[in-house]
Amino acid sequence: MQEVKTGRFIDNARKALDDGNLQVALTKMKTGFVDRRSEARNRLPEFDQIRDQARDIKNHTLEHLDYYLERFERKVTEQGGQVHWCSTPEDARQTILAICRRLNAKTVTKGKTMIAEEIGLNDFFEENDIEPIETDLGEYIIQLRKEPPSHIIAPAIHVLKHEVAEAFVKKHTDRDPNRSLEEPRELLDEAREELRQKFLDADVGVTGANFLIAETGTSVIVTNEGNGDLTQTIPKAHIVVASLEKVVPTLEDASTILRVLARSATGQEASVYSTFSTGPRRPDDLDGPGEYHVVLLDNERSKMLGTEFQEMLRCIRCGACLNHCPVYNSVGGHAYGWVYPGPMGSVLTPSLIGVEVAGHLPNASTFCGRCEEVCPMRIPLPKMMRHLREREFDNGLGSQTVRTGIRMWAFCAKRPRLYQFLTGIKFRILGALGRSRGRFRRLPGAGGWTKHRDFPAPQPGGTFQSQWSSKGGARRPTA
Amino acid sequence: MSGRDSILGTIRSGLGRGELGDAEKGALEDRITARGRGVRPSRVDLDMDGLADLFVDYAKGVDMSVDRVASMEDVPDRVADYLARENLPANLRVAPDPSLDGIPWEKRPTLTITRGKTDGSDEVGLTGAFAGVAETGTLIMRSGPEHPTTLNFLPDSHLVVIRKSQIVGSYEDAWDKIRDGEMPRTVNFITGPSRTGDIEQTIFMGAHGPRRMHIVLVEDE
Amino acid sequence: MADVKDSRPQVALFVTCLVDLMRPSVGFSAVKLLEAAGCDVAVPEAQTCCGQPAYNSGDKADAKAIARQTIKVFEGYDYIVAPSGSCAGMLSKHYPELFEGDDAMSARARDLARRTYELISFMTDVRGMTSVDAEYDGAVTYHDSCSSLREMQVRTQPRKLLQSIDGVEIRELTFNEACCGFGGTFCVKYPDISNKMVGDKCADISETGAGTVLAGDMGCLLNIAGKLKREGSSVEVRHIAEVLAGMTDTPSIGEGE
Repeated sequence: MQEVKTGRFIDNARKALDDGNLQVALTKMKTGFVDRRSEARNRLPEFDQIRDQARDIKNHTLEHLDYYLERFERKVTEQGGQVHWCSTPEDARQTILAICRRLNAKTVTKGKTMIAEEIGLNDFFEENDIEPIETDLGEYIIQLRKEPPSHIIAPAIHVLKHEVAEAFVKKHTDRDPNRSLEEPRELLDEAREELRQKFLDADVGVTGANFLIAETGTSVIVTNEGNGDLTQTIPKAHIVVASLEKVVPTLEDASTILRVLARSATGQEASVYSTFSTGPRRPDDLDGPGEYHVVLLDNERSKMLGTEFQEMLRCIRCGACLNHCPVYNSVGGHAYGWVYPGPMGSVLTPSLIGVEVAGHLPNASTFCGRCEEVCPMRIPLPKMMRHLREREFDNGLGSQTVRTGIRMWAFCAKRPRLYQFLTGIKFRILGALGRSRGRFRRLPGAGGWTKHRDFPAPQPGGTFQSQWSSKGGARRPTA
Repeated sequence: MSGRDSILGTIRSGLGRGELGDAEKGALEDRITARGRGVRPSRVDLDMDGLADLFVDYAKGVDMSVDRVASMEDVPDRVADYLARENLPANLRVAPDPSLDGIPWEKRPTLTITRGKTDGSDEVGLTGAFAGVAETGTLIMRSGPEHPTTLNFLPDSHLVVIRKSQIVGSYEDAWDKIRDGEMPRTVNFITGPSRTGDIEQTIFMGAHGPRRMHIVLVEDE
Repeated sequence: MADVKDSRPQVALFVTCLVDLMRPSVGFSAVKLLEAAGCDVAVPEAQTCCGQPAYNSGDKADAKAIARQTIKVFEGYDYIVAPSGSCAGMLSKHYPELFEGDDAMSARARDLARRTYELISFMTDVRGMTSVDAEYDGAVTYHDSCSSLREMQVRTQPRKLLQSIDGVEIRELTFNEACCGFGGTFCVKYPDISNKMVGDKCADISETGAGTVLAGDMGCLLNIAGKLKREGSSVEVRHIAEVLAGMTDTPSIGEGE
């Protein structure tokens, strides 16, 4: 499994804030994806209606998930493919390894899949003398740099072009070390050439799946590069790794959801390639893989059903929430410490690996609500982050200082007379102290605030309530 | 207990029930066969001519160039002109698709035509299409004995000959036609040449698939 | 007597803890505006806090206890109006969620929710006000707080009323819908990230060249003012109610006498 660094969120965030290159990339992203999504939404008047339908399709599917998974399996088997049900990441790894071993696979090309990250597939392949080759350009770049993806659809968004050039010079050693790699076009052409032969030589191709269609036993990948297609068509076997909530009932259902996927992610009317794969090649086909496997991963998702986190299973991994999140826009994806960053990661990560480990993630949010506003599947992300905070609170986790402060505040708030008495005194004093300057540079107990901000002084003259009483203001309805 | 049983068991207990009964399964099966559609984008409420125009507009919007011709007779000229314009070799790997058999390549003898799948060394590929979807300028390809999927991806340039009568409004219209037969190994929805924005968020064509696409739309009917 | 009641609704002012403790003049501005809107205003004494700090920290038990108290305190009024999108949002959106399935409290919570409004949108959407009787000279910019925007649908209303004041020039922020980084305990638990967000907001404010920034939520205002003052900015920070009520003779937020 990919190493968990969620506990180091605050340090990672600080490093990210100080990382000039990262901040440049994030600033660009802040407007790019956001503006384009908005434009795409404007071009499709039915957009919000389709979101509602997409939500309803997924809700219906989740309520009948067992039926649809079994139906999917039946259709896959009918077409000559195989479905492997894997409860844990280890089960999935071993299943994939067994297929590769049987086929004597030396190299495996990979389309982009977050599930492969989740189960740590690349490292596992290497430990077992199989060479995994990332083919999505962004994934290829971070594979060379030996770092995890920082965004679920644009994994190398944090990397600047000169850093890409450095990685290529280091890896593509057959080429003239003094060649020009200034322009993105040159980098792209080099990557394309390097990877073309790898596509043709690969023994096995692994892709993810955006959808699994129960009606026809079909897996769907959505890409812009075409790497997923070369990955899944040329080698001897096509292995799909997908988590079980990816299933939808029909091709029509997939079409509805597809309409909001690309538009929410990048603002495109449609991604360049949406590819629907059903079983292995047919006897008379001219190309295609001889074997088709779907590795269905559970990894705690089935346990989310029937809980307040079930709605998270509607996620279609578009990344819109990341693009619109002010916290993600400040610190980028690596700070989140595991596979899934941003608002969706703040809910999914603790759901999969536990809030004891990943507690920072749902706490590092202002609940501004932009994520929920743009989510194509209408997932109430802030509400679920709050539920995770409730789980933490009930288990005594999280910052004890803040917890104590909250409980003390609540203690007073439940007792209006005490509240007014205490606040009356404290704020009258503070108000008097701060009267001339109007603010405090430092205030005992408010270090978190005054680290970067002044603390405005309360207005002199006492609280509103005390002044209202002095003026004899009305306390009850007058009619 | 197998992974399958364990997973299905957890799902059912999470949903607070056991396995669904026959009646409920029947209802779900009915939902599948009903092929209920979501809301249809109003942009495709057009007649055949309107859909063809819409298709062309969207195709151009995703960086595909389009030639509109009166018949298959005109295809060789347009293709030869395109190749010359783009400085591409006059060698085409053409899919063994019977719908392309009627193209009179002999009209442009400088073009070298080979039929069949590509081994990856062809710079220019030419295929037909199963359908064109007007809602986003999308081409639909089906794999089969006459339609090698790799021909859609390996050559640097991909030319597509499609007839106006093949254009439909929405994705669902295309699925109705595809489902008349069995599902093939691969159905591709292709909306433009391959591209990436992975390097500093600037878009470039030709990531791994074709870097350019050209459509010749034959106004049949 | 229905007619008399309808013509002068009984409004309870939900002061909010931040206005009560930090900036009472906003409360007085709110009263003035509500009276100008033709309402009879009372301030129930036993109100304290809406319970959001506890609620957002996952302390559901305390949140419910505070909510129960609040519901009780505000019974008997036609409307409850708060000079805060976030507190109004807590009462109108989250109180019903808190008591879902609770037979005793659920109906009362929904009733309170139905009667609760954010101040500015109450004036325009319920009382039909299209202008205010105030004077203010200068360029102002307006920060849309997240709860006002997304929970309470307050967007055009503040601008409409501001525009009715002769002498006011509204200069929009480039990113007016961006969160300021307050977020309750977020700003003290994750100060560096909060700092980045409020820093960006303050840079946006400075770029407009406006002399004053306004908003409808004290949390945002304290956060923004604190950062502007730390940066040595002379931009004034006020609650929009102060400007609309023409009560701007007090020092702005973070400024002394």
